[in-house]
Amino acid sequence: MLELRNVTKVFNPGTVNEKIALDNFSMTLEDGEFVTVIGGNGAGKSTMMNAIAGVWPVDAGQILIDGEDVTKLSEHKRAKYLGRVFQDPMMGTAATMGIEENLALAKRRGYGRTLRAGITKKEREDYRQRLAILGLGLEDRLTTKVGLLSGGQRQALTLLMATLQKPKLLLLDEHTAALDPKTAAKVLEITEYIVNKDHLTTLMITHNMKDAIVHGNRLIMLMDGRIILDIRGEEKKKLTVEDLLHKFGEASGEEFTSDKAILG
Amino acid sequence: MNVLNLLIAMPGVLTQGLIWGIAAIGIYITYRILDFADLTVDGSLCTGGAVCIMMLFSGYNVVISMLAATFAGMLTGLATGIFHTFMGIPPILSGILTQLALYSVNLEIMGKANQVINVDKYNLLVSLRYTKGVSIYKNSIFVMAVAIILLVVILYWFFGTELGCALRATGCNDGMARAQGINTNFSKVLGLMISNGLVGLSGALLSQYQGFADINMARGAIVIGLAAVIIGEAVFGRWFHNFGLKLIGIACGSVLYFIVLQTVTWMGVDPNWLKFFSAMIVAIFLAIPYWKDKYFTKPTIKEGGKNHA
Repeated sequence: MLELRNVTKVFNPGTVNEKIALDNFSMTLEDGEFVTVIGGNGAGKSTMMNAIAGVWPVDAGQILIDGEDVTKLSEHKRAKYLGRVFQDPMMGTAATMGIEENLALAKRRGYGRTLRAGITKKEREDYRQRLAILGLGLEDRLTTKVGLLSGGQRQALTLLMATLQKPKLLLLDEHTAALDPKTAAKVLEITEYIVNKDHLTTLMITHNMKDAIVHGNRLIMLMDGRIILDIRGEEKKKLTVEDLLHKFGEASGEEFTSDKAILG
Repeated sequence: MNVLNLLIAMPGVLTQGLIWGIAAIGIYITYRILDFADLTVDGSLCTGGAVCIMMLFSGYNVVISMLAATFAGMLTGLATGIFHTFMGIPPILSGILTQLALYSVNLEIMGKANQVINVDKYNLLVSLRYTKGVSIYKNSIFVMAVAIILLVVILYWFFGTELGCALRATGCNDGMARAQGINTNFSKVLGLMISNGLVGLSGALLSQYQGFADINMARGAIVIGLAAVIIGEAVFGRWFHNFGLKLIGIACGSVLYFIVLQTVTWMGVDPNWLKFFSAMIVAIFLAIPYWKDKYFTKPTIKEGGKNHA
């Protein structure tokens, strides 16, 4: 479904701040895989996501989605294949627009935007039902401005928007990191529900090792812009946080020191 | 200080306010909806006026002339849009570049620094002459009020379409817009074109109203437009939540601005200082939300996310 071939991205090349964020990075995702991604700060997790989403061009390598080479495709054109949820709840929605308007924007992802109505009556009913499934009471607040919602509500809405048009690939960039534990759990539960219902190929970055183990059917760990660990299937099911820490030490030759990653 | 003098001037002031109201609505589209401080208007208003007058001189009727002026305005927006999106120049600088270039273009269109048009020789849509003592349908206040309502209806419809929603999303959160497949560069260019098209139209009406187009007629247009937007929002914002009403509120804000200006002049303030006071008023109104945030907001304790999931 997704293939990255020798992708390289260097930030601030030729300066003292030069940073090789992705180093000859290759990865293949099969259809229906739910991959959790972990790694320390600056490991290249978000860079990988942004490279796939086309936020900026990569320096070298190829990116294929469902066999199509999208390396040269601009961000908004690639959006047709991708559903994205960001770490910052503010980033995924338009705050000054209503809940239904945000959903209607997402519903038109991948289609040309013309002078047809921005939202129709029929859509509204559909949105109401989909929002009801989230169990957050948003179905009665269709015209509420998204800016008035809490972070958790916004992330749940962004998740719904990302999957309203079934994406070939769902990109979740630490989408629960900015939420309190209880809200984060709720959003993860919704994530799990939507991913399973639509059999979405998913890439989820998390800083929480437990979440990375519990969710999904494959786990990769990044360091210095490379994959240092790739575990799937039965092996992943048996995985514990201790194993991960141990493997991290083995693979990197140093201790995994982030408290946040251990305790989070 | 004769109050009668002030009252006699009112029909003209009202018309002028409504004409500038169209420019203000254009500025609202860039400044508020697109979040793009577009200084192109300090040139494009004159472009609209110049094109309209020269078209009238060439024998075209007033409707065609105004359409041409609107189109010319849209081209100026396109120029700024290209500077910004294709050439990566920051918004304010893009506008300034177009504005400066337009000074030459406007001179070229008019052939000299100003062109006077005689209302008796040409069939104009609005004129200072038509503000009193003519039938209601010919009265410029009536014509302008109808024009504004028509414009608001069209804009209300447009911003409810897929394209209009895409434009709003771009202004609100362009990262999100791109993630939802919106070509934000296209949205920005389109918004700039619509905005400057309206500003050009406003310039066309203004030059008819005052009977001439002048190379300096657009100087400070951005400030007048912003003043109208700010006054409109401050005065009517409490009641006008609907998008259409908001636009009407801005047109009314423009009228209020010109009433204040006229009153100040009537009180004997040297007209040379009017632009100074306009700038100060806008500066203060722009500062108010910032001051409010900084000095008058009580620290609030944020509630936990318990029931807010």
